[in-house]
Amino acid sequence: MRNEINVTLPAIVSNASLARLIIMGILAPLDADTQQLTEVKTVVSEAVTNAIIHGYEGNPEGIVEFNAVLEGRRLKVVIKDHGVGIDDVELAKQPLFTTKEDEERSGLGFMIMESFTDDFEVVSAPSVGTTVTFEREIL
Amino acid sequence: MGIGISIHMQESLLFVNLTGELDQSTMQKVKQKLVNAIDQSDVKHVVFNFKGLTFMDSSGIGIVLGRYNQIRDRDGRVFVVGMNPVVAKVFYMSGLNKIITIIDDDADVMRVLEEAI
Repeated sequence: MRNEINVTLPAIVSNASLARLIIMGILAPLDADTQQLTEVKTVVSEAVTNAIIHGYEGNPEGIVEFNAVLEGRRLKVVIKDHGVGIDDVELAKQPLFTTKEDEERSGLGFMIMESFTDDFEVVSAPSVGTTVTFEREIL
Repeated sequence: MGIGISIHMQESLLFVNLTGELDQSTMQKVKQKLVNAIDQSDVKHVVFNFKGLTFMDSSGIGIVLGRYNQIRDRDGRVFVVGMNPVVAKVFYMSGLNKIITIIDDDADVMRVLEEAI
């Protein structure tokens, strides 16, 4: 079975919660265990939150594009923003690296995304935006 | 879904119980309440109970680390009870378990605290 959802979300922080609901919705028919669902939910939360607070720096006029495709038990998600972009993706991926220390960001978002996915990619360019793509087999 | 915060102080300990979802949209509320509670008291240690949380991401880890930074000058420590396995794994992978003490769900919390501090 193949299923797909495409949504655009305004860059307001509560929309990370909405994105989590959407991803849980598309995975619901799989009857996966809580652990796997929590992992996927956390990855989505990190990516969407990054797009909102880093990509658009909290500007609610920004639009986050969210696409999820489920083919059988394989999930592919693309989360895209057209915000400020990341200067150095490799640096940003370092555990505990954050540009927002004052706001108590932990700098663990990318570690979470990489750890709980089978395939993970970040493409970013300053002033163009950031696209996070991940795939995950749901057992 | 929002966040519920309840705190109480007992001698040098600040107990923090959270319910609901701890993410970027709810962390500010938690942060403000805890910053004030710690600043306005002489508690040394913070004990988070996350058993009532239905979700937590790295924003929540930021809250825990922030309190560690806030109390380390007092020689205080931060403890966490009921952390979900996904977040706990991140704690171990990043080495944060060296500075933040994770207490097992089935442990006797008061006894662990008495032995640790």
